[in-house]
Amino acid sequence: MTTANEALTDLGVRELGERLAGRSVSSRELVDAALARIDATDGAVGAFLKVVPERARARAAEADARIARGERRSPLDGVPVAVKDIFLTKGIETTCASRILEGFVPAFDATVIERLEQAGAIIVGKLNMDEFAMGSSNENSAYKPCHNPHDLSRTPGGSSGGSAAAVAARQVPASLGTDTGGSIRLPASFCGVVGVKPTYGRVSRYGVIAFASSLDQVGPVARSVEDAALLLSTIAGHDPRDMTSSARPVDDYLGPLEQGAKGLRIGVPAEWFQGGLDAGVERLVREALARYERLGAKLVEVSLPHTRYGIGAYYLIATAEASSNLARYDGVRFGLRAAADRGLKEMYSETRERGFGPEPKRRIMLGTYALSAGYYDAYYLRAQKVRTLIRRDFDRAFEQVDVVAGPVAPYTAFKLGEKTADPLQMYLADIFTITCNLAALPGLSVPCGLHAESRLPVGLQLVGRPFDEATLLRAARALEREVGPGPAPAALASASGGHA
Amino acid sequence: MALSLEEVRRIAQLARLRLGPEEEERFAVQLSAILDHVAELSKLDVSGVEPMTHALAAGEGAPLREDAVQASLPPDVALANAPAREGTCFKVPRIIE
Repeated sequence: MTTANEALTDLGVRELGERLAGRSVSSRELVDAALARIDATDGAVGAFLKVVPERARARAAEADARIARGERRSPLDGVPVAVKDIFLTKGIETTCASRILEGFVPAFDATVIERLEQAGAIIVGKLNMDEFAMGSSNENSAYKPCHNPHDLSRTPGGSSGGSAAAVAARQVPASLGTDTGGSIRLPASFCGVVGVKPTYGRVSRYGVIAFASSLDQVGPVARSVEDAALLLSTIAGHDPRDMTSSARPVDDYLGPLEQGAKGLRIGVPAEWFQGGLDAGVERLVREALARYERLGAKLVEVSLPHTRYGIGAYYLIATAEASSNLARYDGVRFGLRAAADRGLKEMYSETRERGFGPEPKRRIMLGTYALSAGYYDAYYLRAQKVRTLIRRDFDRAFEQVDVVAGPVAPYTAFKLGEKTADPLQMYLADIFTITCNLAALPGLSVPCGLHAESRLPVGLQLVGRPFDEATLLRAARALEREVGPGPAPAALASASGGHA
Repeated sequence: MALSLEEVRRIAQLARLRLGPEEEERFAVQLSAILDHVAELSKLDVSGVEPMTHALAAGEGAPLREDAVQASLPPDVALANAPAREGTCFKVPRIIE
């Protein structure tokens, strides 16, 4: 029985969908297998903040009935998935990993949740994350840390740590996360899975708890490029409820997937191979680039001279936006309320003191400062101008190349606790991913091998032209065909009873 | 750039955050370090550069919808998460002291 469950949980979205369509397995069996795997492994991993077994089983029964009637909705129909706890889910507690939203049950679904469920995907639970998506290690979760399935003493990355860990740990075949400065790509790299941050405006942010509204994007995490493309096709597209949602038609992501890398012009920015880049990570990234060359792609040196200003610009813009977005947590309409007997102002500050963890407080402070009288021009406005310069760097590069390639992070997954004492060190983990958000471009992380010493996964980052996710995915697939998918989680072999 | 404890308290007040004495000191040190890093931006010449105020390029957005009346959440649903309510209102502590 366990062996059968283990086998099912090793399969990807497309394969599961095909078996469901061929009636060789039921959605109920898949959901049970996912739940059993979560039961067996999540004590060690900590990817889930909430599991919803009854709801998932009921939805699975509906999917099975649909498929039996020949009314299969999509390749995702009946396939179990999980979502970061930043997405509003009607009737399911949504905390954003913060105490201030403990017990909050949304009255409506995020658009991406609606689209997943309309396609028939079965949500089995809500995933761990850094509080309000602020962090690079998942250690800022107010509830519990999340562990890297490849080495439980290490971080899965953040802020979508649970989204990457759950997929790497074979708890679910795919998940959704959000990426504001690298929060999908960094955990995908650390956990050896595929993670896509779409172009700003490609996926609706309606019902996504806001961190930095001009940077936040929703994207998929999966164990194959094809599965990530499948999920992205499902969630992408215009949403009248999000003013920043693009009206552009969604490209066909699956069609061109197998077209290979021949003729592709890949930009290699020198600035992405500096900044304390680990030698083992660099070697794998350079090997991936050499593979592309052998596949017929052309490598072109490009320059992104403002890369080093990315972290500075980001931590002004993102914190400024966060300080106003998080003003809504004041104890009035939802969430925690403290000190209700000492007047309104006391209630505000006491509620926020008790409800927010250290990182949201730090960022609210920084953002409030950057926006305050006398500092606005020097900080926020200047950061927005630097943002323009960063975007121009990419625009210039894309005159010569189709994608830009480099490392996702300067290193592999670091130890839990290693960077928590120094916030700036933690922020610097995002040095290579952050400019993609500032420039509003699509980017992804695809596994490119195991580090020679630590044997931990390393991701290659690809960044593309606005709305050109199709080329990014096609390029990632070409590498995946050569390198293979990310590794199975060795650290969990004992936790799950030693599956083969 | 060193942020004084006074400034930390002023910002906390603006942000409606109450900080403990230890937290004030920790934030003064940490925020100063972050601001030192951010100071790098002041080395750049940004004269004549337009700020990027929108992440979605001009023309990428959708046309505005009709200003038509649409269904919204019923009061009981909208108030379901309220820490305190009275009738169809959110109830808050005394405002005028």
